[in-house]
Amino acid sequence: MEYDTITAISTPMGEGAIAIVRLSGDEAIQIAENIFKSPSGKKLSEEKSHTIHYGHLIDPKTEEVIEEVMLSLMRGPKTFTREDVVEINCHGGIVSVNRVLQLVLRNGARLAEPGEFTKRAFLNGRIDLSQAEAVMDLIRAKTDRAMNVALGQMEGKLSRLIAQLRQALIETLAHVEVNIDYPEYDDVEEMTIPVLLEKCSWVRDEIDKLLQTSSQGKILREGLSTVILGRPNVGKSSLLNSLVHENKAIVTDIAGTTRDIIEEYVNVRGVPLRLVDTAGIRETEDIVERIGVERSRQVLKEADLILLVLNSAEELSEEDERLFETIQNMDFIVVVNKTDLPRKINLDRVEQLANGRPVVTTSLLQEQGVIELEEAIAKTFFEGQVEANDLTYVSNARHIALLHQAKDTIEDAINAANAGVPVDMIQIDVTKTWELLGEIVGDTVQESLINQLFSQFCLGK
Amino acid sequence: MTTTYEAGSYDVIVIGAGHAGVEAAYAAAKMGAKTLMLTISLDMIAFMPCNPSIGGPAKGIVVREIDALGGVMGRVIDKTHIQMRMLNTGKGPAVRALRAQADKVLYQREMKRLLEEEENLTINQAMVDELIIEDGTVTGVVTQTGGIYRAKSVIVTTGTYLRGEIIIGDVKYSSGPNNQRPSIKLADNLRELGFDIIRFKTGTPPRVNSKTIDYSKTEIQPGDDEPRAFSFETTEFIMDQIPCWLTYTSAETHDIINNNLDKAPMFTGLITAEGPRYCPSIETKIVRFNDKPRHQLFLEPEGRDTQEVYVQGLSTSLPENIQREMLKSIPGLENAEMMRAGYAIEYDSVVPTQLWPTLETKLIKNLYTAGQINGTSGYEEAAGQGLMAGINAAAKVLGKEELILKRSEAYIGVLIDDLVTKGTNEPYRLLTSRAEYRLLLRHDNADLRLTEIGYKIGLISEERYKKFTTKKEQIENEIARLREVIIKPNETTQSVIRSVGGTELKDGIRAADLLKRPEMNYELVASLTPSEIELSNEVKEQVEIQLKYEGYIQKALTQVEKLHKMENKKIPEDIDYDDVPSIATEAREKLKEVRPLSIAQASRISGVNPADISILLVYIEQGKIARIGNE
Repeated sequence: MEYDTITAISTPMGEGAIAIVRLSGDEAIQIAENIFKSPSGKKLSEEKSHTIHYGHLIDPKTEEVIEEVMLSLMRGPKTFTREDVVEINCHGGIVSVNRVLQLVLRNGARLAEPGEFTKRAFLNGRIDLSQAEAVMDLIRAKTDRAMNVALGQMEGKLSRLIAQLRQALIETLAHVEVNIDYPEYDDVEEMTIPVLLEKCSWVRDEIDKLLQTSSQGKILREGLSTVILGRPNVGKSSLLNSLVHENKAIVTDIAGTTRDIIEEYVNVRGVPLRLVDTAGIRETEDIVERIGVERSRQVLKEADLILLVLNSAEELSEEDERLFETIQNMDFIVVVNKTDLPRKINLDRVEQLANGRPVVTTSLLQEQGVIELEEAIAKTFFEGQVEANDLTYVSNARHIALLHQAKDTIEDAINAANAGVPVDMIQIDVTKTWELLGEIVGDTVQESLINQLFSQFCLGK
Repeated sequence: MTTTYEAGSYDVIVIGAGHAGVEAAYAAAKMGAKTLMLTISLDMIAFMPCNPSIGGPAKGIVVREIDALGGVMGRVIDKTHIQMRMLNTGKGPAVRALRAQADKVLYQREMKRLLEEEENLTINQAMVDELIIEDGTVTGVVTQTGGIYRAKSVIVTTGTYLRGEIIIGDVKYSSGPNNQRPSIKLADNLRELGFDIIRFKTGTPPRVNSKTIDYSKTEIQPGDDEPRAFSFETTEFIMDQIPCWLTYTSAETHDIINNNLDKAPMFTGLITAEGPRYCPSIETKIVRFNDKPRHQLFLEPEGRDTQEVYVQGLSTSLPENIQREMLKSIPGLENAEMMRAGYAIEYDSVVPTQLWPTLETKLIKNLYTAGQINGTSGYEEAAGQGLMAGINAAAKVLGKEELILKRSEAYIGVLIDDLVTKGTNEPYRLLTSRAEYRLLLRHDNADLRLTEIGYKIGLISEERYKKFTTKKEQIENEIARLREVIIKPNETTQSVIRSVGGTELKDGIRAADLLKRPEMNYELVASLTPSEIELSNEVKEQVEIQLKYEGYIQKALTQVEKLHKMENKKIPEDIDYDDVPSIATEAREKLKEVRPLSIAQASRISGVNPADISILLVYIEQGKIARIGNE
């Protein structure tokens, strides 16, 4: 697997202000170019070597903006590995750096093996001979450690689930294969497109579920991204302060150098919240107009939960209504604040607009209603997920990347099946999915397909 | 002690004249090596001891590959078959496969005739008892009757003759296939030389007399109406075909077998050797899948001039009287006369990880093994190996480059790589699922993949090569043309599209893109933009497949490219794995056993993980730097 493009987070995991995702290999620049957009619109591949570029990472599939980054472009051989290297400087924090890593992985890079950058540096003649032994020991040591970690994670539910998916796939594959290798055996049913589609769709859905729980696992570790939204002077700052005050802030202000977002980490009844607020939304008069601003919209889009604050002492304004409209498809809680003042707001209308979401009344000034709000937050998170303890969390970046790839390949299979491609061609993508899932549990032996073939069907002359 | 005498000197000696032996002998001779083929019986050249058929999924593609490289199997079966069928026609192009029912006797006769005509080839009837080894290199053989034949290299293709033992019921006797004389001393000799030997088992069903079969109770299985051929050279097609017939075991058959399992050598302990899972005996099938109410049986004529019919699906080593009882319980065979009983046969094989990918043994220089002795099963698998062993043995003698086919190049490459890298714990059969790049290894493109190679080594004639290059050019030109031509959305176009239920064009479209639509084919597209020159069906087929499945083919090619980088990372032959630090113990043992030639091959060994490969790479690189430093 030499020469393919590898990637890894090359800064220590933790809460540094800046983190770096490094790519090395023939396609490093191409991969970066595919996901990077600079304000000038200039192509990365046309830029000079050893230059730094500002811009955004964009998921080419969804066109979603992933991160605001500084990107260093270095062409080989004057790099650490002597190959083309791209270093993506992004915001620190596990969430953002992982998103960047996932994006890079989904776009053609492979997660580096332990010690692989160093290995390449050596193989490409960058490191001298005396260091070779050290490199080999390093590979061994890092691999053993990574294996232990991976094994720990693999025990139990996740590996059982993956095994289940693989079993379904391999049975399907064996069926396809037996049709090919024993075309005249009439006691073996023909694997038809509808049957194949059904199996593939089921696997796709299960992978989807796993990926969803993977982000849920992340939420538990890294916080539910929560945005406080509302017109000026409805009590947003008070809400922020009282949530932070009531609950010990875990991390404060990691305001970056290029983006003035304030993040506060609080733990509300077991639900870690990452309270996100932007200076932009706070300071501006016409917030609805501000929401039109891309960056603010981006913050909203990234939010897992929105706390919409309304003023009980005023009637619902047109602006409020528009805010409801903006967030209508998201998870939100309505906080009707200032109940210490005479009520003018139409609560029935608020309930109507909330459309089933919780509505909590508070007087932050008198410290009333905060407990109810916290309960509502906890409930929102755990509602329908009472089995939270049973969820299978996929947290390993490599596993998530492999699951994403598996999902892509099984979708290729589904699309091909729908387009009328012959079963034995679709089978190529099904096999690939099976192999990718196998990589998660460390098993991609071809022989197992042949074993399946002979245990599932009665064949022979 | 037998009196010996000097019987002659050769470049290459081939021991055995089965499907591996004949290819090996022919290829070596054709390449210009003075070749001798020794066989226990001249009447057994290219004999088919099991089913009278050649080809089928994966195997049929091997026959095409053999032909593209210049081997003989395809040419001979094209002249001697009684029926041909293309299988998997309803599926994609990658898995289509040709299968022929052979006239066994004609096949042998035609093969013998072809070999006898070969200039550099001498054929002798003799049993080889011993190899002559000097300084770790084979230099000749000694026969039972005292002949000493000297040679620069020797190819052993002993099939099931090597310490063969036939088992029927409680009878077990020393024998080669079909009651031929077994080769015992050579088996001892190989053990003495230090080869690791395993014992495998295979079997064959009873044959019945066609005159006593009631075909009205069976279903007819005719050949294709279209002319078919394995060889790219064949121009004359046999259209006078003989059908096969399909019947089933009955509940009574199953009862008979179940009631007599105590007499089945498979279960009494008489048979201990490992048999193939893909070719189980009927008793094994019934024990392992006891919920199945019946099993298919194909009645296959053994030739045009014989009444013998092979009962495919009824391979067994049950006692002779039980076999007769079984046959009576099968619809259509109630009154069938059994002409030969089914039997199981055990034989010696060498553990194939003892071979280099050229099929030369690691233990003894210039000694090659091919076919069933390497743990495979099947005529085609044997022939493919025989051809490669013949090519490599001759190449070495003649000072030419060795030939190792890649997994991405040929099924033969997959077969040999699997054998020498992974070994096998049962008789190995090729399956399409063993090939990771089967979309590239198609029946239809075997010539495009391999003719160039066959020509370079001297097995493909100038005339045939010329024909091939013309075909190749025509394919390339036509593809290029269709990529250029724009089909306009006029009434003619729309009506053609409508006629096959497609969506009408909005704008002009490149002919190649139109062809990619699922409902379109080459003929339809060509009706809108005819080629200026007359193209053969083979060319049209290639153009269609290459364009239609371009996306998938491209994906496979990208993977192959990655693999080739690893194939090109060679491991020095003198590497001392004990000197490589930090490598895992299991990986070290496996690497020492297989001694892979490239990093890619190393990575395919089970038990060698990516970290070991990384360490190995660093170690090799370190060695290179050290060497440069020392110079």
